[in-house]
Amino acid sequence: MTEKAILNQAVKNRRRGIKRSFSDKLISVITYIVYAIFAFVCVYPFYYIFINSISANNLSERGKVIFYPMEVHLKNYSSVFKIPGLMDAAVISVLRTVVGTLFTVLVAAFLGYMFTRKTLWKRKFWYRFVAATMYFNAGVIPWYLTMKMMGLTNNFWGYIFPMMIQPFYIILCKTFCESVPEALQEAADIDGAGTLTIFFRIMLPVIKPILATIAVFAAVNQWNSFQDTLLLVTKDELYTLQYVLYRYISQASSLKSLVSNSTNSAQLAASLAHAATATSIRMTVTIVVVLPVILIYPFFQRFFTSGIMIGAVKG
Amino acid sequence: MQLKRISPRKMRSYKEFLLILPFLAVVALFSYFPLYGWVYAFHDYRPPKPITAETFVGFKWFLTIVNNPVRTADILRVLRNTFAMSGISLLFSWFPMVFAIFLNEIKCRPYKKFVQTVTTLPNFISWVLVYSIAFNVFSSTGAVNTVMMDLGLIDKPIAFLKSSENIWFKMWLWLTWKNAGWAAIMYLAAITGIDEQMIEAAKVDGATRMQVIWHITIPSILPTYFVIVMLNLANFLSNGMEQYYVFQNAFNMDYIEVLDLYVYNMATSSTGQYPLSTAISILKSVVSVVLLVVSNTASKLIRGEGFI
Repeated sequence: MTEKAILNQAVKNRRRGIKRSFSDKLISVITYIVYAIFAFVCVYPFYYIFINSISANNLSERGKVIFYPMEVHLKNYSSVFKIPGLMDAAVISVLRTVVGTLFTVLVAAFLGYMFTRKTLWKRKFWYRFVAATMYFNAGVIPWYLTMKMMGLTNNFWGYIFPMMIQPFYIILCKTFCESVPEALQEAADIDGAGTLTIFFRIMLPVIKPILATIAVFAAVNQWNSFQDTLLLVTKDELYTLQYVLYRYISQASSLKSLVSNSTNSAQLAASLAHAATATSIRMTVTIVVVLPVILIYPFFQRFFTSGIMIGAVKG
Repeated sequence: MQLKRISPRKMRSYKEFLLILPFLAVVALFSYFPLYGWVYAFHDYRPPKPITAETFVGFKWFLTIVNNPVRTADILRVLRNTFAMSGISLLFSWFPMVFAIFLNEIKCRPYKKFVQTVTTLPNFISWVLVYSIAFNVFSSTGAVNTVMMDLGLIDKPIAFLKSSENIWFKMWLWLTWKNAGWAAIMYLAAITGIDEQMIEAAKVDGATRMQVIWHITIPSILPTYFVIVMLNLANFLSNGMEQYYVFQNAFNMDYIEVLDLYVYNMATSSTGQYPLSTAISILKSVVSVVLLVVSNTASKLIRGEGFI
């Protein structure tokens, strides 16, 4: 290339550079705006329901509360827990989340560890036996009939046992255990430690990080679970919050009777702004059900990257 | 005669098996045993009467699907809905990828973090809550109708939920609202893995941002996208029922009922069609396994590794 050509090219590049910065800036601005819209769409519904749940009920009933709370009061939150059954549902939801998560995590840890034990009889076969269950399911009816046969319909343990063994979590634990230096286990083996001793004393403390991830995802799954209540439970005292909320929305009639009941008795004296309405109950219960997830959300964000593996396996 | 000695190593290996045996039994009971329930599809089963040799009807229920015009019409309608909704999902499956690419272009870190945080949140709430939110925001006195009325865009509230209008697309929108932010994380991780030097080199050569995206970012994360598409394909018939169950009502029933929901609704209806519903889920399982094998093979052929 001659000197002149090089110079020309440089000038061209310069020009292109100026043009680029303009188009790049335009893209930047559009990107910022579009993502602001996305963020708004994701945040506003929660905000909207929240401000309505703390605003005067006669205003929220008519859809007057849009941008900010009006005539703030917290009466809805105290009255919603007086609704018969709601407190029981909250207890069941919390119980199943705590017990279910504990079981799921312990089983995942133990099986994940056991499937790395080279001494385990027919290790590969049993591992596949468990992992294969990810890829098939018998269908709603056969599953329901099996649960019924085992007496797990209308039974609290029907929330726990079917969700206890999760192949994805076991695979995660197994992979994590495999990354732990083998020398650690070998040393314990030589010292004569039993299989269980090695698990509880050595492996369990080491694999804590992955267990934390699994615990978070298992807990969210338990809290959000709805289908099992729908299929297995007909007794009111075993209803979960998710199920109760669904009934409030889908069966407007039951909500109306709730409202009229409460107005007939204690709430008659209360002002129109504080008397429970179908809308106020719906919105308040929604916030009550969503709040635990939002509260622990900042803590489990750091588990996202390892959690995405769970998502990837699940599809 | 002397008993054969079992070596300590063998002993330990059996002991360890005994330790996991209870859990294997649970797996067998909850995952494998229900498969036995498939026999109900071949019987004239009416609970609580048990199945016997007399109730055996062979492939009667499977044939009903093609022989009974009402059933055939039902199945075709449900398949149409399933194909439509899975099809739309597949068609727009690039959305989380593009979402991640442009999110990555945001240079202001706190803003990027904020957007990522709030768009991921909906993934962690249940479909019941999503429905509750939809109900509250889109009801006749909800935010959307109120604002549109105030602006004079409409005279009377639109029944967003109690209509079948654009229901397939609406269902996709809700699915995307819930999942897109979460799905984007995988792509963001893939983008982080791209060699910085490649991008720097392109910039030195005068590539614009769009050119960098088009020639470097997209080709680099395409393998991830490919896996997602294959998984979508494998789950083509299984949209799950929860989303459609909570959103269903008398107005949109004809367009929202997907295969999984149909099987459930049929089984729980007053007539309780256990055998037919089981027969349909058997057919679905068979097709799903075929789809899984096909997409896994395709993945092996194209990428050199499967995802099973």
